[in-house]
Amino acid sequence: MSPRWVPSKGAGGKSTGVEGAGGGDGDRLPARRPTGRRLPGRRLLARHPLARFLLRRTATAVLLALGVTLVTFILTNLVPGDPAAANLGQRAIGDPAIVAQFRHHYGLDKPLPVQYVTYLGNLLHGDLGESQQSHQPVSTDLSTAVPATLELAGAAIVVSLIVGVAFGVVAALRRDRFTDQLLRVVSLLGVSVPTFWLALLAFYVFFYRLGWAPGSGRLDPGMTAPPDVTGLYTVDAALAGQWPVFWSAAGHLALPALVLTAYTVGLLTRFTRSAVLEVLNQDYVRAARAKGLPGRTVLFQYVLRAALVPVITVAGLAFGALLSGTVLVESIFAWPGLGAYAYRSATTLDLPAVMGVGLVVGLVYLTVNLAVDVLYGVIDPRVRVQ
Amino acid sequence: MTDGDSVDVLRISGLTLDLGGRRILGGVDLALRPGQVHGLAGESGSGKTMTGLAALGLLPPGARTGGRIELEGTDLLTLPARQLAALRGRSVSMVFQDPSTSLHPMLSIGHQLTDHLRHHLKLDRKAAKERAAELLTQVRIPNPREALGRYPHQFSGGMRQRIAIAIALACEPKVLIADEPTTALDVTVQAGVLRLLRGLCDDLGLAVLLVTHDLGVMSAIADEVSVMRHGLVVETGPRGRVLTEPQHAYTRQLLDALPGRSTV
Repeated sequence: MSPRWVPSKGAGGKSTGVEGAGGGDGDRLPARRPTGRRLPGRRLLARHPLARFLLRRTATAVLLALGVTLVTFILTNLVPGDPAAANLGQRAIGDPAIVAQFRHHYGLDKPLPVQYVTYLGNLLHGDLGESQQSHQPVSTDLSTAVPATLELAGAAIVVSLIVGVAFGVVAALRRDRFTDQLLRVVSLLGVSVPTFWLALLAFYVFFYRLGWAPGSGRLDPGMTAPPDVTGLYTVDAALAGQWPVFWSAAGHLALPALVLTAYTVGLLTRFTRSAVLEVLNQDYVRAARAKGLPGRTVLFQYVLRAALVPVITVAGLAFGALLSGTVLVESIFAWPGLGAYAYRSATTLDLPAVMGVGLVVGLVYLTVNLAVDVLYGVIDPRVRVQ
Repeated sequence: MTDGDSVDVLRISGLTLDLGGRRILGGVDLALRPGQVHGLAGESGSGKTMTGLAALGLLPPGARTGGRIELEGTDLLTLPARQLAALRGRSVSMVFQDPSTSLHPMLSIGHQLTDHLRHHLKLDRKAAKERAAELLTQVRIPNPREALGRYPHQFSGGMRQRIAIAIALACEPKVLIADEPTTALDVTVQAGVLRLLRGLCDDLGLAVLLVTHDLGVMSAIADEVSVMRHGLVVETGPRGRVLTEPQHAYTRQLLDALPGRSTV
C-alpha cells in the first residue's frame, strides 16, 4: 500500500500545510515528463497527466484488492473453528452426510489453494460467493449494507468537518484564552470517550428517558424503504418526494451519526487548531494584513486555504475509519450496515462474507485516499499537474 | 527634519516601542518625502523592521508604542483600528523581504493583485483585472494577462518580488515601506529590482522607506540615509554626506565593514 497513507505530514501536528503539500515527491500527481516519442495510443495519457494518474491508481487498486483477498483468506482459514459447525444447527452437525454436503456446496472440501483460485476466478466475474449465513450472494448483502454505512458515515463526516473546523479555527484565534481551553477539554473528551459507551448513553438518555430519538433501525416500524436509487434512505426519500419517509430516516440517522461525530470532531478540532496557528505565522498572512484586507477575507481566503491541506488528510483517514469501523455503534443502534454485517460474518466464520467485507474496506480506503490526493491538487496549485 | 516640513508625507517623531518589557525603539525620528528614497540602515535587531511595521500598525500583539507617526498630519498610532485598516495597503503599503513566503502559494497572482484593489477602490472584477495587468506591465512582467492566472511558484525570485511590488503599488499609495526587498534575491537580479523601485519612486512620486542592512544597496538608490543602532537613529542626512563623511562612529564602523571600502 502507498506509504503516503501514513499521515506523516498531516498527522504530525506540526505540518505547515504549505511545505507539507509542496515538498512531496512521491507518486503524487506526476509532473510532466518530456515525451520524446509519441505513440498514437499514448497521446491521451501524455496530454492528460490526470488520466495517467487515475489509471495508475486503478492498477494499484487491483493489486491491493488481490492482496486483501489473500490476507483475508489466510487469516480466516487460520482461525480455529469450523464454518460447518458455526453455520449448521445442533442436529445437522451430528449428521455426517449434511456436513459433507455443506462442505461440498461451499467448496470447503477442496484444498485451500484451489479454494483461493476458485474465489479469484469468480471474483473476475463480479461473483463474491454466497454467504453461508444469509444464503444470499455476498454482493447482494453488501449492496444494502454498504449504502447504510455510507449514509451514517457520510452524515457523521459532514457534521464533523463543519463543527471540527469551526472549533479549531476559533480555538486558534482565541489561543490560550478561555474559549481555547474550553474547546481543548471538549475535543479531548470527544477523542477519549469510548464510542460504544457514548452510544449506549445516548440511546438511554435520548430514546429511553427523553423519548426524543426514534428507536433503532433505519426507519420507523411499518414504514417501507423508499425506491432504491442510491441506497441512502434520506436521499432516496427526498428524490421520491416521500417526506414522511425522509423525516423518519433522518430522525433515525441523527443519533448514531452524532455519536460517531464525537471522536472526529475532537480530532479535527485539534488538527485545525494547530494548522491554523502554523499558517497565522506565515509571511503571506502578514502581507495580506498589510494590504488592509478585512480580517474575514484574510481568514477565509488566506489562512483557511493553506490550513485545510493537513485537515483534509486527517478527515480522509477519519472518513475511512468511519466507513469501516462503526461495528459497535451499528450493533447498538441495530443499523444494518457494513459493521454489523462484518461482525455477524466474522462470528459465524462466513468466509465469503468476510472476504467481501475486506475487499470493500480496502477499496473504501483506496477511494478516500484518491479523493484526498485529487483534493490536494484542487487546493494547492503546486501539487497540480501543469 | 529638514527645511520644507510641509512636504513630509510621513513623519515619525519620538517613536518608542516596548515589547514584552523590553524597549525596542527608544525615540525614532524619520521623515519621508514624496519622490525620495529614504534608506534605513543598521545591524539586525537595531529596530529597522519594527519601525517599518509600526508605520503600518502591524506590530506584534502586546506591543506598546509612544510618540507619533503622522501620515499627512494624521497620527497613525492613535487612529482607530478601522480607519487604520482603511489606510493600510491604500496609503501606506509594504514589500516584504522574501517573496517566496510573502506571496500566498495557493492563490493566483491575479487574485492577490486584485483583492485589495476591489476592497479599497471598490473596483469591479473586470476593472480590477485591467488595473492588475497594467501593474504587471509597469513592473515588467512579460505576458501580464497570462501571468494573472499563474501562481507564485511559476515565477523566479526576482519576478516574484516584482509582483510583490506591483501588489504594494496597486492602490497608488503615498508611502512604500520596503523591508530588505533584495536580501532574499540572487545578486544578479538585485540591481534590477532596485532600479525598478527607484524608477517607480521617481515616476509616481512615492515616498519610499528602504530598510536594509546593505550599505551597497543604500548607496545605489537612496536619497537620504538614516543609520539605526539599539533602537535609536544615530545619524541622518543626504546619502553623499552620510556615506562619505560619516559623523557617527557607528556609521564609520558599518562603512569599514564594506568590502572594497577604500573607493566609496
